[in-house]
Amino acid sequence: MRYLPLTDADRGEMLARVGAKSVDDLFVDVPEAARLDGPIHDLPLHASEMAVERHMAKLSRQNLSAGDAPFFLGCGAYRHHVPASVDHIIQRGEFLTAYTPYQPEIAQGTLQMTYEFQSQVARLFGCDVANGSMYDGSTACWEAITMARRVTRRARAILSSGLHPHYVSVARTMAKFTGDILETGMPTLEAAPDTDSLIDRIDDETSCVVVQYPDILGRIGDLSALADACHAKKALLIAVVTEPVALGAIKAPGDMGADIVVGEGQSLGVGLQFGGPYVGLFACSEKLVRQMPGRLTGETVDAEGKRGFVLTLSTREQHIRREKATSNICTSSVLCALAMSVHMTLLGEKGLRDLAALNHAKACRLADRLDALPGVEVINDSFFNEFTVKLSKEARPVVRAMAEKGVLAGVSLGRLWPDAEALANGLVIAVTETVTDEDVEALVSGLEEALA
Amino acid sequence: MSINQGGWRPTMGESDGNGDMPTYTGNRALMLEEPLIFERGSVNVTGVDIEEAPKVRSRLGGLDRNRDIGLPGLSEPETVRHYTRLSRQNYAIDLGLFPLGSCTMKHNPRLNERVARMPGFADVHPLQPVDTVQGALGVINELAVWLIKLTGMYGIAMSPKAGAHGELCGVLCIKAALEKRGETDRKVLLVPESAHGTNPATAAFAGFRVENIPATPEGRVDLAALRGRLGPDVAGVMITNPNTCGLFERDMKAISDAVHDAGGYVYCDGANFNAIVGRVRPGDLGIDAMHINLHKTFSTPHGGGGPGSGPVVLSEALAPYGPLPFTERHADGYITLVEEETVGDRHPDSFGRMTAFHGQMGMFTRALTYILSHGADGLRQVAEDSVLNANYILRSLEDVLDAPFAETGPCMHEAIFSDAGLAEGFSTIDIAKALIDEGFHPMTMYFPLVVHGAMLIEPTETESKGTLDQFIGALRSVAQRAKAGDQALKSAPHFAPRRRLDETLAARKPVLAWKEPSQAEAAE
Amino acid sequence: MSRYFTEDHEWIAVENQTATVGITDYAQSQLGDIVFVEVPEEGREFAKGDEAAVVESVKAASDVYAPVSGIVTEANGALGDDPALVNSDPEGEGWFFKMSLTHPSQLEGMMDEAKYQEFVSNL
Repeated sequence: MRYLPLTDADRGEMLARVGAKSVDDLFVDVPEAARLDGPIHDLPLHASEMAVERHMAKLSRQNLSAGDAPFFLGCGAYRHHVPASVDHIIQRGEFLTAYTPYQPEIAQGTLQMTYEFQSQVARLFGCDVANGSMYDGSTACWEAITMARRVTRRARAILSSGLHPHYVSVARTMAKFTGDILETGMPTLEAAPDTDSLIDRIDDETSCVVVQYPDILGRIGDLSALADACHAKKALLIAVVTEPVALGAIKAPGDMGADIVVGEGQSLGVGLQFGGPYVGLFACSEKLVRQMPGRLTGETVDAEGKRGFVLTLSTREQHIRREKATSNICTSSVLCALAMSVHMTLLGEKGLRDLAALNHAKACRLADRLDALPGVEVINDSFFNEFTVKLSKEARPVVRAMAEKGVLAGVSLGRLWPDAEALANGLVIAVTETVTDEDVEALVSGLEEALA
Repeated sequence: MSINQGGWRPTMGESDGNGDMPTYTGNRALMLEEPLIFERGSVNVTGVDIEEAPKVRSRLGGLDRNRDIGLPGLSEPETVRHYTRLSRQNYAIDLGLFPLGSCTMKHNPRLNERVARMPGFADVHPLQPVDTVQGALGVINELAVWLIKLTGMYGIAMSPKAGAHGELCGVLCIKAALEKRGETDRKVLLVPESAHGTNPATAAFAGFRVENIPATPEGRVDLAALRGRLGPDVAGVMITNPNTCGLFERDMKAISDAVHDAGGYVYCDGANFNAIVGRVRPGDLGIDAMHINLHKTFSTPHGGGGPGSGPVVLSEALAPYGPLPFTERHADGYITLVEEETVGDRHPDSFGRMTAFHGQMGMFTRALTYILSHGADGLRQVAEDSVLNANYILRSLEDVLDAPFAETGPCMHEAIFSDAGLAEGFSTIDIAKALIDEGFHPMTMYFPLVVHGAMLIEPTETESKGTLDQFIGALRSVAQRAKAGDQALKSAPHFAPRRRLDETLAARKPVLAWKEPSQAEAAE
Repeated sequence: MSRYFTEDHEWIAVENQTATVGITDYAQSQLGDIVFVEVPEEGREFAKGDEAAVVESVKAASDVYAPVSGIVTEANGALGDDPALVNSDPEGEGWFFKMSLTHPSQLEGMMDEAKYQEFVSNL
C-alpha cells in the first residue's frame, strides 16, 4: 500500500524487538468477542491512485459547478475570484501539514501568519483585537452570544430578523441546552432593515443585540444608534458580517460602536466548497479580550531578544480551564485563515476597495435592469453586492426551473424559511466581479421566461 | 536490510567555530528573517489587477466607508516570497516525524488535495438546488456509509466541524434523549481524569456537571468505582478508547453494559480511532456515540490547527436525535438533503442545526479519497502498523525512560513515558526542546495529567523503520543527557529559528494586533 | 491587626471589621510567574468558600475562594497593570481585595503564621 512504508521484513524485525509472535499479540486487550478476524466485508479493498481519482472525478462531474453556469447565489457564501498564488501558498507542506503551534520555536510561520491575520481582521472590522479564527460564521455568532452572557451576566439576546436563518438555527439549538433566551423573528420584504424595532426592544435584561450587516436580504443599516441604545442599557452590540468584501465599501461595524464583530471569512480566498471548511471571524474591543473564545497569538521575544510569536492567554481555553473554559473549541480554521490572509495581502487596501466598488457597481446595474422587468420588484433601498427581489410568483420553482436550464439564479427565501408564505416570492441575488455581461443576459432572459 | 540500529546519520565534519558569527541581515543562509506584512507592504500597493468599476450612483445607504482600513498590500512576487519565507519557519509532516500523541500526525496524501480541488466539489454553492449537486451529496453519503460500517454503528451526523464540535453533537444527542425520556434529573457526566480537556468543557457547555472517574494503577478506568457511582443522576460517561495513556480499555464492553443498565449513555472520544480502525468496531463495544476526527484517522491535513471535521456515529438509541441536515439516498440513487424544509415528521426529534450548511465538504472529499485508496484491507493494516510502530518505540526506550504502564502489556498506537529518573531540575520540556535541535517535532508534553511529566509519543503508521530508528537513537541520546544533567538542554533549542520564547511577557502585556510604531508608543 | 491563613494558601489580615485577602508566598512560588489576576467588583457579596478571584500563570488558572463571608469594599486595581506584584510582594502590595466581614466568627480556629508555616512544611 503506497502510504505504508513498513515492509514485511521490517514488521518481522520489529515484532521480534517487541517480543510479539504476531501483530495479533498487540491487540490482546481487545475483548475476544470484539476482535475482527479480517477486513470488514462488503466494503471494497484498496485501490490505485488512478482508480480512486476516476471514481471521485465521476462524482465531481455530477455537480453543476458555479464556474460552468451563470451564477448569482449568496446568502452567506460568495463566489469571488481567488488568485492562483493563494492556492499555491496554502499547499506549501510547511503550512498544510503542520499542527497547532504548541512548539513556538518551530512554528513561527503559522504564528506570524496568524498574528498578521488577527491584525488584518481587527482592522477590517474596526475592532482592537481579533482571534485566530473559529469554525465558521454561524458558530462564531453563537460564541459571541455566549460571550455577551459572560460579560453582562444576563441571558436574554435579541436577534435581528435580518440575521441568516441558519445562524439563528444554530443559536437556537445551542440555547435549548444552555438556557439562553433568544428573541428571534422572520424578516419582512421591506426596504430597510429592522433597526428601529430592535432599539425599541432593548431593556435591562438584554445581554446583547445581534444584527447582520449587510443583512440576509442585502440591506445595510446604520449601527450607530443601535450601539448607543445597547450601551445605554449596558448591553452589547454584536455585528455579524457574512460578506467581508463589503467592508471595502462601507463603514466597519466597530467604527459604529459594535462591541463584538463576528463573521464568515469564506468570501476572501477560501472558495465555495459546498459549505465548508470556512473560517469564522471574531473580533472585539480590548477590554473584552479575556472573555473571548478561540486561540490568540501574541507578540513576545525569545531568549536572545529576537521578536517572536506565541499562543497566549491560553488559560481561557479548554485544555487548561477544562469545564470552566470560555468555549469547548479546540480546532480553529487556520488553513482557511491563511487563505483569507494571503488574499487580503494580495488585495491590500487599494485592491479591496477597488474590488468592493466593482461588486457594488455590477450589483447596482443588475438591480436596475431587474427592477424594470415585469413581475420583478427590487425591495432594497440599500445594498452592497446582494439584494432581494420579489417575484410575481413563488421563487423556489422558478429557481429550480432555471437551474434545469443551466442558470443558477439565486437563493429563494422559501429555501431558507420553508413555511413562510409572506417570503415565498422572495429571491436573493448576489453579484460579484465574477459575473459577466453574458451571465446577466442569461439571468434576465431566464427570469422573463419563467415569469411569463 | 538494517545497517545501523541508531538510524541513519550523516558524515559529520569538524566545526570551524564560526557558528556564532553575526550577519548584516540577521539571516543565516537558508534561514531567512521576515518582517510583518505591515512593515513590508503599503496601502497603495496591490497584487491583483481589478477592472475599473462602471460609474453608478452609490446605494450603500449613506454608509460609504469614510476612514482607511489600514490593510497593507504586496505585489504577487512579494506575497509569494513573504509566505514562502514564513512557511520555512514551520516544522511539518512533510519535513519529518511529528510524534504528537493523541494528534495522529500522519502523511497527508496529495491525491486528496487534487480531488478536493475538482470544480464539482470546490466550486459549488451550499444552497444550490439539490438536482445540481448530486455528486457532492453522493460524497457525503458514500463517506457516511463507510464510517458507519467501519464503526459498526447505526447512524451518523456528518455536519460537526471538528472533534470538539462532534463531542458537543454526541452530548446534545444524549441530552435530547434524556429529555425525551423525561429524565432531566440525570445531570452528571462521568469523565476520566485522563480525558482530553475538550470532554469536560463540552459537558459543561451542554449543562452537565462533570465528575471524575478514578483510574486503576494500570492506567485504565476503574470499573468497580464506576459501577459504584452509577445511579439515577448519571446521564452517562465520556470515555476515550484507546485512552490517552495509549491503552485499550479492556473493560469497555462491561462499562457500556453497566452504564446502560443504570439508564445512561456511553460517549466515546474517537480521537484515537486510528489504533483500531478495521480491527475493532466501537459498535461491538456498546458505544452510543463517537466522533471521528477526519483530520486524524483519515489523513485530512491539520493545516497548522484546522480546519478539522468531526462526524459522529450514533447507536440506534441516539440516532433519532441527530442534527440537521443529513443526506438520504433513495432506491433510484437520487439523494435528498434532509434539512428544515424537508424534515417533516420523519425526524421529529432532531435536536436541530449545529452549523450553517452541511459540514466540512472539503474534508469529506479528502477523507473519502483516502478511505477508497486504503480500502477495508488497507485500513486494517493502518491500525496494525500504527500499533506496531508505537510498541517498537516503547520497547526501544523503556530502558532509558520511565514507562509507567510498560509492564502491563502492549500499548496501542502511542507510547507513554514519564519524567521520573531525570536529573534534579530536568523535566519533559527539556527533552522536548532538545528533540527540536535533533530535527524532530517533540511529542505531546505534560498530557495526560495522570502521568507526571508525561511524554506521549504517537509515531503513526506512515513512518518507516529507518525514521523510527533515527528518532529512537536521538531520544536515547537526549534522555541520557537529561539523566546526566547536561545544562545545554536547559537552553535548547539552539538551532531553531527562535530560542525559547517568553510566554510570561506575552501573557502579561498582550500584544495581539499590530499597531503603527507611533500608536504603539502612545499606548505604552 | 491580626493575620490568619487558610489551607487554600490564602491570608486574611483583619483590622476592625475589614479583612484584606491575598495569596501566600508559598502559593505564588508554586504558581510561578503570575500573568493575570481577576479581582471581584466592589459590592459583590460572598459566602465563605465562594469563588472570589482568579489568578493565572501562563499554563494554569486557579480560583481564589472567599476565606470568610463578607462584602467586597475594594479590589487591588494595581494588579491589573502589574500582576507580577503577586510574585514580588504577595503578602503586601500583592493583596487581592478587601471585604467587610459579615460573619467574623468564621475567623476563629484559623491558622496563624506559625501554624501555617508548619502546615506548609509538612506538604
